[in-house]
Amino acid sequence: MGLSLLWLVPLLPLIGAIVNGVGAGRIPRKVVTAIGVGSVGIALVIATVCFADLLGLPETQRRVTQDLFTWISVGDFHAEVRYLLDPLSALMMLVVTGVGFLIHVYSAGYMGHEKAYGRYFAYLNLFMFSMLTLVLADNFLLMFVGWEAVGLCSYLLIGFWYERPAAAEAGKKAFVVNRIGDWGFLLGIFLIFVTFGSVDFGTVFAQAPQRMAVGSAAATAIALLLFLGATGKSAQIPLYVWLPDAMEGPTPVSALIHAATMVTAGVYMIARCHVLYLLAPVAMHVVTIVAIATALLAATIALVQTDIKRVLAYSTVSQLGYMFVGAGVGAYTSGIFHLMTHAFFKALLFLGAGSVIHALSGEQDLSRMGGLKSHLPKTHFTFLIATLAIAGVFPFAGFFSKDEILYQAWLQNGPLLWMAGIVGAFLTAFYMFRLYFLTFHGASRLTDEAKHHLHESPNSMTVPLMILAVLSAIGGFIQVPLLPGGQRLDRFLEPVFADAASLLPVSHAAHAPGAELLLMVISLAVALVGIFVAYRFYVADPMIPKRLAEQLRGAYRTLLHKYWVDEAYDSSIIQPIYRGSVKLWHDFDEAVIDGAVNGVGRLVQGGSGLLRQAQTGYVQVYALILTMGAVVVIGYLALR
Amino acid sequence: MESPVLPLAAYQLVAAMLFTVGIVGVLVRRSALIIFMSIALMLNAVNLSFVAFSKAHGQMDGQIFVFFVMSVAAAEVAVGLAILVAIFRNRETASVDEVHLLKG
Repeated sequence: MGLSLLWLVPLLPLIGAIVNGVGAGRIPRKVVTAIGVGSVGIALVIATVCFADLLGLPETQRRVTQDLFTWISVGDFHAEVRYLLDPLSALMMLVVTGVGFLIHVYSAGYMGHEKAYGRYFAYLNLFMFSMLTLVLADNFLLMFVGWEAVGLCSYLLIGFWYERPAAAEAGKKAFVVNRIGDWGFLLGIFLIFVTFGSVDFGTVFAQAPQRMAVGSAAATAIALLLFLGATGKSAQIPLYVWLPDAMEGPTPVSALIHAATMVTAGVYMIARCHVLYLLAPVAMHVVTIVAIATALLAATIALVQTDIKRVLAYSTVSQLGYMFVGAGVGAYTSGIFHLMTHAFFKALLFLGAGSVIHALSGEQDLSRMGGLKSHLPKTHFTFLIATLAIAGVFPFAGFFSKDEILYQAWLQNGPLLWMAGIVGAFLTAFYMFRLYFLTFHGASRLTDEAKHHLHESPNSMTVPLMILAVLSAIGGFIQVPLLPGGQRLDRFLEPVFADAASLLPVSHAAHAPGAELLLMVISLAVALVGIFVAYRFYVADPMIPKRLAEQLRGAYRTLLHKYWVDEAYDSSIIQPIYRGSVKLWHDFDEAVIDGAVNGVGRLVQGGSGLLRQAQTGYVQVYALILTMGAVVVIGYLALR
Repeated sequence: MESPVLPLAAYQLVAAMLFTVGIVGVLVRRSALIIFMSIALMLNAVNLSFVAFSKAHGQMDGQIFVFFVMSVAAAEVAVGLAILVAIFRNRETASVDEVHLLKG
């Protein structure tokens, strides 16, 4: 009974978006809140019911589809608007609606003073609809619709304060960079259609092992093109540059779209298409290498950033890298697990940062924070839990998920990848606690203005923080390693990834408890060392970072300028395109196209000027011409 | 006694000469009145030609046509002269060179 209501889950936010969008500025705030938050709340309830119903089914039957209508029907080609609920999409649906609902509640408090309140909730609801369409889609085409629509919402919400040039620029950048990825994604879909004659998940994944050999060119091309789409949406090298700039949007948006849900779409997509990736080992290697490189690159940049949201943005890029490492080595459950825990603690971190920013009247610079612990007790406590979770401290959620990825990396790829991951884990613990200490501990460096308005956030903001804190603290226990029967997520997702086991070099079943425990202890130790170093640097002796920055000037400047990647892109890609466009504009548009049009005009003008000479206006001249003509004709006839 | 029959060519020659005089008149004279007269000359040259052919071939068609031409010519002159009078009243000239208002 619950499952038949599945279609309502995306539809309710869409209705909310339409009502709030059409009525923006005319509907009173309270009604906007009721519609905006309520629609997502009801969607969450229905999603939970659907999830429970799915759990009630026998494991082999946990794959429910719901046909809504036929979208395209041309010849042999059919594209249905059909939703698919299987363990993977159900989990995503629950994370999206759950975290989304909390962030909607939080937004009601955070954006309370905002002029364009209705527009904000319209966009946010539209995003929920798009994201749910993305995760529930049963074919590549519908997924692409969601994929594009979340990109659109991301653009709209980054540029929400469009009167600020930086925000408008950031929105544009996000849109254009995503466009490059979407191009790859679309080509991938084309290739899938050419290969299989269908874009249905069921058909494609069932036929893939028969139609394509392992390592075949078609499989590799499809997998790589889809991954290009993922690098755009999920901010991986080389397309990650838009995400840090996306922090120009409102903080709840950063939490919802640019941390918890949209940016994880790439991971979900690879998990969904795991059959195709397993047929393309080269593509999986590419995913792994890109992912670990992104994780380390972003983590190092995060070490020195001074904007609280930018640190979190680079941290998101880095954590997404971890998820892709999981997906790249074939540990899809681990990737999805980290996706889920990350959604909890990173949403919490962003919302906590939002609470801090709110309390400080818009201040985002870490160098003007400090000592907020006693002023914002609830924010501080929840933020600490999230920081511990992301740093990977037992028993918080991030510990389990990150550790599982690292263990799988060792198992499937080797010690080198694991070591790179451990280095990333150390950096993560360090920069997150740097952020934490700089914000909440030490001497207050607040401006007088900020000090004056300092206040803890309202309940509508702190309650979501607390709920997320609980999830961040205990979310890891659905997948406890080593304990027999502890891997509930593994079992839950098993029907989806069952076909993966036979294609992987090392079976997931081959757990070596001793080794896993050892690796776990090492990674925990590394995290604790990272925290300790951060403590030494930013609480015990605040002069160390300055000295270090001076001693390692070159490295420090490189990190501060984010490896000059933006500058490199600008000079190597944007400027040549810009200059080329200007050249084409002058040399081709103006010279050739305008020249052709104007040339035709001038030709007609000149020609008619010449012809006009004959039109003297003297009747006798006309008569003369007439006569001469007659003479010529008659002469011709006579002398023929 | 039967008068000697002139050959058809003789009539044609006269008609051609009259027609040429008419054309030259139209082309070189400036006065609208003279141009009208020249046109009448051309029409009559054609009339002469019609009649001559009619006689030579023993058919009446040509002669009937001449009546039509003469009546149309009369009408044309009537209208034309009326226009001419109107122009003269407005512009105090009958020279066609000075009436070129429609020139582009």
